[in-house]
Amino acid sequence: MALKTEEMILNMGPQHPSTHGVLRLELELDGELINKVKPHIGYLHRCFEKHAEAMTYPQVIPYTDRMDYLASMGNELGYVIAVEKLLGIQIPERVEYIRVIMAEFQRIASHLVALGTYGADIGAMTPFLFCFRDREKILSLFEMTCGARLLYNYIWIGGVSHDLHPDFIRLAKDFVVYFRPKIKELNDLLTNNKIFIERTANVGILPAETAINYGITGPNLRGSGVKWDLRQNDSYSIYNKFDFDIPVGNGLFGTKGDCWDRYNVRVLEMEESLKIIEQALNQIPDGDVSSAIPKRIKPPVGQVYSRVENPRGDLGYFIISNGSLNPFRVKVRAPSFVSLQAMDILCRGHLVADIIAILGSIDIVLGEIDR
Amino acid sequence: MIYESFVDLFGNEILAMFLSGAMPLTFILIFVLFAVLFERKVSAHMQDRLGPMRVGYHGILQTVADLLKLIQKEDISARDNDKILFNVAPALVFAGSYAAFAAIPFTSTYIGSNIDLGLFYIVAASSLVVAGILMAGWASNNKYSLLGSMRAAAQIVSYEIPTMLVILAIVMITGTLNLSTLSEMQTGYFWNWIIFGGPNFGIDKIIFIPLMIISFIIIYTSSLAEVNRTPFDIPEAESELVSGYHTEYSGMKFAMFFLAEYANMFAVSAIVSVLFFGGYQSPFGYLGKTLDLAWLIPFEQLFWFTAKGIFFVFVQMWLRWTLPRLRVDQLMTACWKYLIPIAFVNLLLIGIITIL
Repeated sequence: MALKTEEMILNMGPQHPSTHGVLRLELELDGELINKVKPHIGYLHRCFEKHAEAMTYPQVIPYTDRMDYLASMGNELGYVIAVEKLLGIQIPERVEYIRVIMAEFQRIASHLVALGTYGADIGAMTPFLFCFRDREKILSLFEMTCGARLLYNYIWIGGVSHDLHPDFIRLAKDFVVYFRPKIKELNDLLTNNKIFIERTANVGILPAETAINYGITGPNLRGSGVKWDLRQNDSYSIYNKFDFDIPVGNGLFGTKGDCWDRYNVRVLEMEESLKIIEQALNQIPDGDVSSAIPKRIKPPVGQVYSRVENPRGDLGYFIISNGSLNPFRVKVRAPSFVSLQAMDILCRGHLVADIIAILGSIDIVLGEIDR
Repeated sequence: MIYESFVDLFGNEILAMFLSGAMPLTFILIFVLFAVLFERKVSAHMQDRLGPMRVGYHGILQTVADLLKLIQKEDISARDNDKILFNVAPALVFAGSYAAFAAIPFTSTYIGSNIDLGLFYIVAASSLVVAGILMAGWASNNKYSLLGSMRAAAQIVSYEIPTMLVILAIVMITGTLNLSTLSEMQTGYFWNWIIFGGPNFGIDKIIFIPLMIISFIIIYTSSLAEVNRTPFDIPEAESELVSGYHTEYSGMKFAMFFLAEYANMFAVSAIVSVLFFGGYQSPFGYLGKTLDLAWLIPFEQLFWFTAKGIFFVFVQMWLRWTLPRLRVDQLMTACWKYLIPIAFVNLLLIGIITIL
């Protein structure tokens, strides 16, 4: 008679150092092999969407900051673009440039956290602190612009809250010069490290087909080799004025769509963001940043869906207006939420240690998943 | 010898034995106080930080403050712990690493116990650590701790094999298992160190050098695994297992694990330095000999012994703060598929050369 065997159920999280917030993963283990992963979410649920219905349109902006708290500027930009579409207002050229500069700085800052914590997950602490050191410089630029370091409430409907500080452009250019060698440093220290490659290549392979079927976007989709970036494919703001590439994963050290590819896409994207920032800093026109801000925001009855390319993927806002001061409904399509669904298929058949590598590589932010 | 002079001083062998045995403990405690701060400073400066700066000048007293904090902490023990094993485990782990110090010669005048099977004894004594780790993991009654301790046991047991193979090679050349004799052989200048082919001149000295470098790399790599340092810190992989087998420990019991870890780091460094780098021997002759001051020599030897030990501890820290960590299966692959075969071939070559 065969022995009756039982699978070990291990709860990882919600208080676990590597779940990137308060995520609980229910693991079905066969020894150290993973049979099934079941993510349990909702520990950070703050009723953002319901809350928004009781707020006026500008009051929603600080709440969007708190969704993907590592990419607040991107969240604001998405929301503001949606409302502006609903209002049908034109905004000054200078505001568009400022928004793009901020969004791209935010992308670098967000990717730095993603890459740094990923290094820490794999066991390399030093890249983590290097990344945070560089992110600090970006946060200082933000602080100089709007006074806040994490939750900005900076991009407003029709404009931005403050014009750039007189020194901003000089310091931002300095940062671009400073940061390029730092990407190389990160590559030397972590990206091309043999142990790091061993840990991440051929782990958590996400085929392009599966990624598209799941609706995964952002660096996770591009890591699977699909060239899809809303900044070019469905251009918004003034992204069509800039010249930049869309890096995709190519399976350099393993299979296309493995953890290393997703990681590397983020590294390359930082380079591209620097290109955009450099061009925008050189072209930025003068002008008034608050002239187009409406006194009273009361969009006509209607609905709008608008999406932007956030550091974590395609962030969509669906807003229904009933003609009052408050939105009737705000629905967010959060990229991390979609990416997390792939956890199970990515992890099956891997070892416990790989869960950390896979979870880190899809780079979720729980604030955005739970909202 | 210090033990003999203690016997002369107190006229009591038991007291002398006790005092002589307590000397490494003093050394360990002082070393750990230093090493914890050193590690924090090394890591800080590698990461563009300052590290501890508040307690004393540049944070010199930080470890003392930490220790005071640990002493004050509540000794938490969960309801479903296996009480006896839970309490014995930290002591056993520390005993294992402390016991290894008994056979290490600190200077030509001090060795805890000058036994002829010194190397063999050290390998055996440090196996006690595995039992302690397994006990800790099992008694904690925590899944993460259990996983951590299982990994630690598998890892330490596997990596003992390449270590033993390299030690065997050294024994084949030198013909002794006594660490004191081994250090004595490498006297004179640094070209007499075993890594440079040992004390005897001749054609085999040159042939030995590459083989010795390979042996050194093997033993140093496996010693990293035995003390659970990065890239082999899988048992304590904090991103996966919180902190492995000592997750459930707090206060002084945790401090015991911590102490054992640092003591172990120094122990393996000391063994490596005795095996390959002359142990307490100075690389450039002794000042005491030139100046005709015999009492100076042991102090110089202690200095060189500590300096070499700390250097290898520094390399361990350096690696820890640079490299990511391997996965558990990759760790086993590295040991069984690479280190052990290479160590075997190395042993074979050295054996053939020694016979010829």
